[in-house]
Amino acid sequence: MTPRLLGAVEDSRAGNKARREQKSSGERCCVSKANCCQLIYQQLLLLKMKLYCLSGHPTLPCNVLKFKSTTIMLDCGLDTTSVLNFLPLPLVHSPRLSKLPGWVSKDGTINLGKELKECAGRVFVDAQPEFCLPERELLDLSTIDVILISNYHCMMALPYITEHTGFTGTVYATEPTLQIGRLLMEELVNFMERVPKAQSATSWKNKEIQRMLPGPLKDAVDVWMWKRCYSMQEVNSALSKVQLVGYSQKVELFGAVQVSPLSSGYSLGSSNWIIQSHHEKVSYVSGSSLLTTHPQPMDQSSLKNSDVLILTGLTQMPTANPDGMLGEFCSNLAMTIRAGGNVLVPCYSSGVIYDLLECLYQFIESANLGTTPFYFISPIANSSLEFSQIFAEWLCHNKQTKVYLPEPPFPHAELIQTNKLKHYPSIHGDFSSEFRQPCVVFTGHPSLRFGDVVHFMELWGKSSLNTIIFTEPDFSYLDALAPYQPLAMKCVYCPIDTRLNFHQVSKLLKEVQPLHVVCPEQYTQPPLTQSHRSDLMLELQPPPMPYRRCSVLNLPFRRRYERIYILPELANSLVPSEIKPGVSVATVSALLHSKDNKHTLQSVPKPPPMPPSKKRKRVIEEPPVALAPKPMLSGAVALEAFLATLQKHGITEVKVEETADGHILHLQAEDTLIQLEEDGTHIVCDSEPLRTTLRDLVLRFLQKL
Amino acid sequence: MPEIKVTPLGAGQDVGRSCILVSIGGKNIMLDCGMHMGYNDDRRFPDFSYITQNGRLTDFLDCVIISHFHLDHCGALPYMSEMVGYDGPIYMTHPTKAICPILLEDFRKITVDKKGETNFFTSQMIKDCMKKVIPLNLHQTVQVDDELEIKAYYAGHVLGAAMVHIKVGSESVVYTGDYNMTPDRHLGAAWIDKCRPDILISESTYATTIRDSKRCRERDFLKKVHESIERGGKVLIPVFALGRAQELCILLETFWERMNLKAPIYFSTGLTEKANHYYKLFITWTNQKIRKTFVQRNMFEFKHIKAFDRSYADNPGPMVVFATPGMLHAGQSLQIFKKWAGNEKNMVIMPGYCVQGTIGHKILNGQRKLEMEGRATLDVKLQVEYMSFSAHADAKGIMQLIRMAEPRNMLLVHGEAVKMEFLKGKIEQEFSIDCYMPANGETTTVTTNPSVPVDISLNLLKREMALGGPLPDPKKPRTMHGTLIMKENSLKLVSSEQALKELGLNEHQLRFTCHVQLQDPHSDADTLHRIYTHLKSVLKGYTIQHLPDGTVIVESIVIKVSSSTEDSNTKVLLLSWSYQVQIGPHSTLKKVIVT
Repeated sequence: MTPRLLGAVEDSRAGNKARREQKSSGERCCVSKANCCQLIYQQLLLLKMKLYCLSGHPTLPCNVLKFKSTTIMLDCGLDTTSVLNFLPLPLVHSPRLSKLPGWVSKDGTINLGKELKECAGRVFVDAQPEFCLPERELLDLSTIDVILISNYHCMMALPYITEHTGFTGTVYATEPTLQIGRLLMEELVNFMERVPKAQSATSWKNKEIQRMLPGPLKDAVDVWMWKRCYSMQEVNSALSKVQLVGYSQKVELFGAVQVSPLSSGYSLGSSNWIIQSHHEKVSYVSGSSLLTTHPQPMDQSSLKNSDVLILTGLTQMPTANPDGMLGEFCSNLAMTIRAGGNVLVPCYSSGVIYDLLECLYQFIESANLGTTPFYFISPIANSSLEFSQIFAEWLCHNKQTKVYLPEPPFPHAELIQTNKLKHYPSIHGDFSSEFRQPCVVFTGHPSLRFGDVVHFMELWGKSSLNTIIFTEPDFSYLDALAPYQPLAMKCVYCPIDTRLNFHQVSKLLKEVQPLHVVCPEQYTQPPLTQSHRSDLMLELQPPPMPYRRCSVLNLPFRRRYERIYILPELANSLVPSEIKPGVSVATVSALLHSKDNKHTLQSVPKPPPMPPSKKRKRVIEEPPVALAPKPMLSGAVALEAFLATLQKHGITEVKVEETADGHILHLQAEDTLIQLEEDGTHIVCDSEPLRTTLRDLVLRFLQKL
Repeated sequence: MPEIKVTPLGAGQDVGRSCILVSIGGKNIMLDCGMHMGYNDDRRFPDFSYITQNGRLTDFLDCVIISHFHLDHCGALPYMSEMVGYDGPIYMTHPTKAICPILLEDFRKITVDKKGETNFFTSQMIKDCMKKVIPLNLHQTVQVDDELEIKAYYAGHVLGAAMVHIKVGSESVVYTGDYNMTPDRHLGAAWIDKCRPDILISESTYATTIRDSKRCRERDFLKKVHESIERGGKVLIPVFALGRAQELCILLETFWERMNLKAPIYFSTGLTEKANHYYKLFITWTNQKIRKTFVQRNMFEFKHIKAFDRSYADNPGPMVVFATPGMLHAGQSLQIFKKWAGNEKNMVIMPGYCVQGTIGHKILNGQRKLEMEGRATLDVKLQVEYMSFSAHADAKGIMQLIRMAEPRNMLLVHGEAVKMEFLKGKIEQEFSIDCYMPANGETTTVTTNPSVPVDISLNLLKREMALGGPLPDPKKPRTMHGTLIMKENSLKLVSSEQALKELGLNEHQLRFTCHVQLQDPHSDADTLHRIYTHLKSVLKGYTIQHLPDGTVIVESIVIKVSSSTEDSNTKVLLLSWSYQVQIGPHSTLKKVIVT
């Protein structure tokens, strides 16, 4: 008997091995192996998360996140620094600009006199200014499902993306972002269309020619991608695709992903975004501020527990303190006015201008400027001032309480009422007759290449009494001024950038503790001009993953779980058993439904009974998918208790033999062997009914999983 | 079985004193906290002793939500929070938070200062109460605590009116407050997404009205005003400073513009300027048309409507005057009324409800002789008109909202029992869902059947999805097998193997072996090979291996052959398999081999 048993035991090991091998190949499947592999591979591909970086500008980002099976564009920033290479567009004929000499290469072989003009020692393109668009070749933009906008400065490229790429998705933005974004686009279009320039310049973009040009034109990149401004029709069409959202609103995308905007504290309606599923969370932080200006404070706590945090839009002026700059702004303004000069403030028509006006409101009386006229000139000046007053929900607490009184939240309402601040759509019309000097003029565009500001540069540039105060950080002021040189007017540079600085951001990251940080490469090294300032970069553990224009990053996710819903009927039928104190298990066999990226489990309907003759055939023909697999077993069979149980079932003649790993029970009357070990039981029995009985007895001692 | 309980303390088969308690997922929420305009005694406020006999309400309520600023929805709030005692969060939208304290103060002044009631809430109490208010933004998901979340939707009706979606786990309730499904002169239409709540609690003021009667009422109103002006009469419209007044102003303003009328319209001084200001600052809550044009022309800056001075009342010729308060019980409206009451060419239009005992109530009931202070009597000769301008959804609108939200159950409040009964029948017939209409103090219990959210191991899910066939077919569901681990509050579904590993358990192998004898004259190796080829041909789709060590393995069943010691023609087949083997009983295999 013993040799037979040993042989059987050996065989059982072989069987185990076979089973293990099967397990390790990960397939219990009946479809062909190749098919199965391919499918699993496809699934894995879908689960991979990638970030495509379409803009290299850290504060005007445009990234595409592939998260689960959803393609999400994060912001749609338009890099407008390219316009600095163009000549200004004067509102009234400028003899100076029209008489500029054309550019001819030193050896005289290339004459681009029609396209390029020399001005103040630099070469400028004489055509309608063009913008540097987000990369369009890195991935098929028509596959984008949604675009999430964080603030109105980061949506200016929207018409280029939504109108000319086959985009069919939805854009999500808050109401102030949409309304003010629309105004800023309207203004841009208006600035361009007011001074039509038929000529388009393309010859200089030829690689061979561009190589010969003096800097900075020579070093301009991707010049073939530069595009002229869009039309109002394109703006309207693009913005019709916007769906409004409120802070902390949860928006479901295709059942797989939930996105939610959070207050970012930077501008009216500005938001950071949470993109998450039940088990993964990506935070997108863009243009955030911790300073107390007019917008609602930043929501920091909701950024906690992120797997990946994408960080963009830090301050462009890490060494300039906004409060200090504001003080300097006021004192320079007052000094110039007292000396009888005019002050020109080139600025955007929404944003920091509200804070500047509020600051001046408090400053005017004390500085004895009560009679100085303040002018705000922009095609959208009136709308911008009006809109700022109706977004109470999006303002800081102080301003919100004003609305309850009810008073307008911004004091510029009072400045307008008392005639201290006047706004005009342009220098033409009423303004020219009502305009008094000395005065302060707020007007755009901050690049000094188009808009009403061009006229004031021509008008006031020649006198040293006047001052231009730069407050916007987006453009280098020296480059902005280049085509106006030589200038007699004073230039003051007070860039006010309220976005997070490196100190604030490292504190924030310590607080919210994301597992990984992704950021533009500019943030991972000190600024070029201040290479010793290691405090002006991000130092993190693990180090941030840097990106640049055209990078494609694989995001590190350890996705291990997915949400599934057990329907009530099935949930009620489950029988949990306690394995350890506080831990219970239940085996589940259920039908899996996957629809719209949502998975549910429901009870398996009882199969209709079939005639036995047919049944056997079916078992053989049909792959065994429909059969519930037997559970895995755990625990051990205690010898004494098992013997007692056997006895109860009339099996009394049992010979027990001790072995190295346990015992061998010889049921003599039945000619059956049972090998009991710590991690296994082996029943050697030729009679099927007895074997079934013995099996059930053994199972009583074991836990089923 | 989890259940949701709804108990109206007010507005159950009634209009006024809206206050509905909801118990959902172990949370208790109070929806609205209104007063009844028709009572002056205890019945004025909801019976909060229903919640607790003694002690503060804070321990029993998780939050209070106010749908809009009308007093029948928020009038009892300071009483509840400051006099009964509640310190938990109170949620309302920004405009409601701005306007509600003003109306409460108005109401307090009338009750205490004019009627001399004591034991009423004070101005300070209103202020303290408002400090407990947390403003809600539309569509913002507010986490009241870890489990309870609320979300507000636009309801139309009045400035800042909201519907609210209350969710705990996968159970949810929507409360509509008062709403309006068609945009009116200054507000948009209510909207909600397909949130499929377990219960939709809807107002049913106009449960039996089908057509849009508001336009007709407006035309009526304009016609009456116009006729009166044409014959040189004066029209007095007593209003409260906020709400209906602005709507009527827009109505008259546009009418005057269109008809090019010259008669002056006045708005009595005081709050008016301020009130219009609220509308200007909360322009985002008005309808699309007003929002779109507000920069060019703010609808709440009226060209034809000018501030009133008391001396104007004696001016000759026609005029229209809006004056406060709305029930003619005191103040400017009463003064003007006394002056104009004697002339039958004049007209007074009451655009809202009047409390018993007020002059407004008396004249609406047809009283033509009024006793004034000092035993004087006043003969009422002018025309008295009543028109309700409240914006509520009609039966069509209520059905439309049900279609939008797709609730599993419906519960009607804020309406008359008879009308509710009619609507209930219609709803049950059209949507085949249960519809309830509890009376005040009566509890409706609805059993919910939530699915259980579980975290499934991605490996298991991927494996099961892959098993579904080369192309996932949504119509052919796949069976999946796994082990559910319940630990503390987490539910995880993993494969059995992973469950063993995670729980730190050893696997226990259970194997079976049996012997089968058969007659075969070939050598052991040949017999085995014949068995192998036979199995191969019979068992399609199974993994069958012939190993060099003299075994055949079918899935994980091991087959070995040896010759009997006595007779070399008798072969002993040794079959060994484990408990988990799927091919079915070994006898199947045996039959296959033997035949």
